[in-house]
Amino acid sequence: MKGKVQGDYRFRQCGKEALIMLALFVLNVVWWYGFAYGLGSRPVETYGYVLGLPDWFFYSCVLGYLVFSVLAWLAVRVFFRDIPLDDTHTAEGGDGEQ
Amino acid sequence: MNEQALLTTLVFVYLGVLVGVGVYAARIRQKEGGGFIAGYFLGGRGLNGFVLAMTLVATYISASSFLGGPGTAYQQGLGWVLLAMIQLPAMYLTLGILGKRFAIIARRIKAITVVDFLRERYDGNKLVVLSSAFFVVVFLVAAVVAQFIGGARLFQSVTRFDYVLSLILFSFVVMIYVTLGGFLAVVLNDSINGTIMFVGTIVLLVATVKAGGGTAAIVQQLAAKNPELLTPFGVKHFISLPWISSFWVLVCIGLLGLPQNAVRAMAYRDSRAMHSAIVIGTVVTGALMLGMHLVGVFAQAVIPKVTVTDMTIPTLALQVLPPFLAALVLAAPLAAIMSTVDSQLIYMAGTIIKDIYLNYINPSADENCLKRLSQACNILLSLLILALALKPPSLIIWVNLFAFGGLQAAFFWPLLLGLYWKRANAAGAVASQVGGVLAFVWFSAFVPRPLGLHPIVPTLLISLGSFLLVTALTQEPKCETIKKFWGYAED
Repeated sequence: MKGKVQGDYRFRQCGKEALIMLALFVLNVVWWYGFAYGLGSRPVETYGYVLGLPDWFFYSCVLGYLVFSVLAWLAVRVFFRDIPLDDTHTAEGGDGEQ
Repeated sequence: MNEQALLTTLVFVYLGVLVGVGVYAARIRQKEGGGFIAGYFLGGRGLNGFVLAMTLVATYISASSFLGGPGTAYQQGLGWVLLAMIQLPAMYLTLGILGKRFAIIARRIKAITVVDFLRERYDGNKLVVLSSAFFVVVFLVAAVVAQFIGGARLFQSVTRFDYVLSLILFSFVVMIYVTLGGFLAVVLNDSINGTIMFVGTIVLLVATVKAGGGTAAIVQQLAAKNPELLTPFGVKHFISLPWISSFWVLVCIGLLGLPQNAVRAMAYRDSRAMHSAIVIGTVVTGALMLGMHLVGVFAQAVIPKVTVTDMTIPTLALQVLPPFLAALVLAAPLAAIMSTVDSQLIYMAGTIIKDIYLNYINPSADENCLKRLSQACNILLSLLILALALKPPSLIIWVNLFAFGGLQAAFFWPLLLGLYWKRANAAGAVASQVGGVLAFVWFSAFVPRPLGLHPIVPTLLISLGSFLLVTALTQEPKCETIKKFWGYAED
C-alpha cells in the first residue's frame, strides 16, 4: 500500500508543526506575563520609560508583539513543510477516499 | 456637503460595496460549478493565505474590540491593553494546533462543517450530531443578536437614523450578500473589512498620539490623573491576577473550539496558504489589539470626559480626524461586526442544511433544492435575529462572551481529542459537551469568578473530565473510523 508511508509522513509532520506552535505559545505567555508582572509590580514612581511608555508595558506588549510576530514567521519558515492536503496527490487509487 | 451627510454617504458606499461583492461571489460560484454545498458553505476549499488570515481575524474580532474593549481600556488604563494582548497567539495557535491534519482529514471525509467532522470521527453517532448542531444554533443566535444590536447602534451613531431603521438596513445588507454569495462572499468581504479595521486602527493611533502631543506627554497626563492607569492591575486592582491569567483560556486557547473559526482551518487551498496566514494573522491581530486598546487608554488625555465608554472610539475619531478619515475609523467597528455576523450566519445555515437536513431529513436532495433551501435558511435566520435584536440589552461585550464560552465548552475537547486521541469515542464527546455547557452556564450564573478565575477554566476542566471518564467506561471507536483518521498505519 503506497498510501501508508505517505499518510504517516504527513501526519508526523503535522504533529511536529502543532508542537512547535504550542511551544511558541508557551514562550509567548511567559514573555508577556513575565515582563508585565515582573516589572509592572513595582511602585509606579519607580517605573522606567521606553518611547514614552512604562517599561513593563513596552517590553511585554510592544516588543513582545514584534518579537513573536517575527518568531511565528521564523518558525513557519524553518519547521513547516509544504505537504499536499489531498489524498489523491499522495496515494494512488484514492486510498483515503471514503 | 456637511459632515453628517458625508459620513452617511460614505457608509452607504461601503454597504454598496459589500452587496456588490455578494453579487460578484455568486457569479464566480456559478462559473466554477462543482458541488453546491462545498462551494456555497466552504468556498470550494480555495482560500489563499491573505484571505484565510483576514477571514480568521475578522471573524474572531468583533465590535467589542473597537467599542467595549477600548471603552474599558479608557477606564482601566494600560492593564486592559495587556489583557487584550493575550490574544496575540490566537491565530498561530488555532491554525497551528488544528493544523494541516485537520485540513487533510476534512478533505478525506469531505467535511463542510465542524459537526461533519465530529460525525465522522464519532462513528456517525446521532447524539453527537444533534447536540453539536443544537449548541451551534443556540449560541450563535445569541452571539449574532448581540452583534446586530451593536451594528445597528453604530450605524445609528454615524447616520443619525433611528435604531429600528438602522437595524433593518444593517441586517438586510448582511442578509443579501450572505444569501447571494455564500461563504465566498463572506470571506471576500471579511478581507475588505479586515483591511478597513487594520488601516483604521493605525490611522486613529497615529492621530491620537499626535493630538495628545506624543506618547510621553500622554503618559505623563495619565500619571497625573491616576497613576493606577499605568499599572498592569487597572484602577483599584480591577484586573486581578488569577482572572487575567485565566482569561487567556477564553480568548486565546479556547478559540480553536469555536466552530465558525475552526471551519476556516479546513477551507484553505494548500500548505502555503496556511503558512502565510499564520504570519499575516498574527501581525494583524497584534496590531488591532495593541492599537485599538492603546487608543482607548490614550483617549483619556485627549477627550477626558466620556460618559458612555462604549462610545470612546467614535467620539475620539470625530474629534481628532478629518471627516473622511473619521469615516474610515467609524467603519472599522462596523466592519468588525459585519465580518463576525456574516461568518456566524453562513455557519449556522451550513449546520442546519448540511448537518440536519442532508443527514437526517432528505439525504438525496438535489442541487437546486439545496440551493433554494440554503438561501431560504439564510433569510429566515436573518429575519429571526432581526426580530430578536429589536429590544436591545446594554452591554454588548458580556452577552458576546457568554456565547463564546458556551461554544468553547461544547466543541473544544470533542474537536481536539477527536483529532489527536484515538481512544476518544462518541459517548465521551457527548458527555463532554453536555457537562461543559451545563458547567459554563452554572458558573456564569452563580459563581462568576470561581477562585478568582474566569468560569471557562473550571468549565473546560469539567468538560475534559467528563470526556475522559465516560470514554474510559465505554467502548473504543470503530476500527474503520480509526483507519480513516489515522491513515493506514497499524504499528
